[in-house]
Amino acid sequence: MDSFIEGFRKAFALIFYLDQELLSIIFLSLKVSGTALIIATAVGLPIGVLTGVRRFSGRGFIISLLNTFMGLPPVVVGLFLYLLLSRRGPLGFMALLYSPSAMIIAQSILAFPIVAALSHSAIIKIEPLIKQASLTLGATTFQVTTTIMREARYGIMSGVIAALGRVMAEVGAIIIVGGNIAGYTRVMTTTIALETDKGNFELALALGIILLMISLIINMILYLIQKKGLLQR
Amino acid sequence: MNLKLTVSHVCKSYDKKPILKDCSFLFEKSGTYILMGPNGSGKSTFFRICALLEDPDAGEVNYFSETNISKKDVELRRRITLLLPRVGVFNTTVFKNAAYGLKIRGMKGPEIREKVDKALEFVGMIHKTKQNALTLSSGEIQRLGIARAMVIEPEILFLDEPTASVDQENTEIIEDILLRMKKLGNSIVVIATHDRVQAERLADWLLLMKNGMIVSA
Repeated sequence: MDSFIEGFRKAFALIFYLDQELLSIIFLSLKVSGTALIIATAVGLPIGVLTGVRRFSGRGFIISLLNTFMGLPPVVVGLFLYLLLSRRGPLGFMALLYSPSAMIIAQSILAFPIVAALSHSAIIKIEPLIKQASLTLGATTFQVTTTIMREARYGIMSGVIAALGRVMAEVGAIIIVGGNIAGYTRVMTTTIALETDKGNFELALALGIILLMISLIINMILYLIQKKGLLQR
Repeated sequence: MNLKLTVSHVCKSYDKKPILKDCSFLFEKSGTYILMGPNGSGKSTFFRICALLEDPDAGEVNYFSETNISKKDVELRRRITLLLPRVGVFNTTVFKNAAYGLKIRGMKGPEIREKVDKALEFVGMIHKTKQNALTLSSGEIQRLGIARAMVIEPEILFLDEPTASVDQENTEIIEDILLRMKKLGNSIVVIATHDRVQAERLADWLLLMKNGMIVSA
């Protein structure tokens, strides 16, 4: 019990004195997950919009695939990516394994189905009336699509925030492809895993507390967005 | 030169049930045409085909000025508009709803403000400019719909049952708006209704949708 309390005391000390190692780990986490989220949105949002507004053959298959990918086990993604990026793998020549880039790729793969599937479901909930109204007012096909996207904005934002929540908390994929190298690919979740193994609980706890706070902030933003969306309905 | 519309031998069925049967009409003179007929008689289908939202199974709908037939593209769609019975307002302010048609035509701020304020004033909604349109009553939504359609100054305006789902007070307000629009009298306005009294009050020409065809009443 004493070591438990002592762990917390030291953890708070690390946070309050803005420990340099702690800061660099937090910064790398935000950089990797933030970049992954941008890529995931750039890829996922158009897929979500396309499957939401257009009817084409194979659409149902794509939607089922996205829904399946939403629940991809991170370690499996890590494993496949490892095989692709390892020196003997088909993408080995790119020398990306054990780099932040590999971690960004892994998290993008985990995040884009969430952005795509949740954008899709936000868009199909928009009434056909909106499409007809914009058409009767003289909108081009592109303008109709942007109008529908604007109407679905709260649902789309929820998807993006939910994806951020997933990648920030993720450890399985990035520990495999990032290698957890100190000062280079070590992020919050992988540090917690490592330091717990080593019995260094204070740094692990400090990071755990910060991760929880970030998660809380993300969820509060998500709640506010959803509340705003509901209020205006 | 003002836009005119010919509807020639239009047929349309849904699930093999014929709605429009060899329907023809010429909208040539500006003024208010009232299209009467019971629910399900094909008025809405006729409007949707005229507004180029749907294609007929057979027959043709052509817009023309003088003798030139207009190509059915976005440019033509921007000269006509249809106000649906369920307006479909956007999740934003009353002002931005009314400004939509101008914005997608690339019009800029001050000009938009002037036209939108004028239209909202015309329908008695100027005091609600900043309110979210989804919080309006059904009568107010219809009036916003009329303002949103008027603002783009269509050469042909179709109004599908504009008072079907509103209370008596708003029905009177809307009829008053339509009467004042009539006095402006520089475009073709086609209104579908099943209210005989309203029809006679508003009409320059009274039409009847009967057995999937339009006949003069």
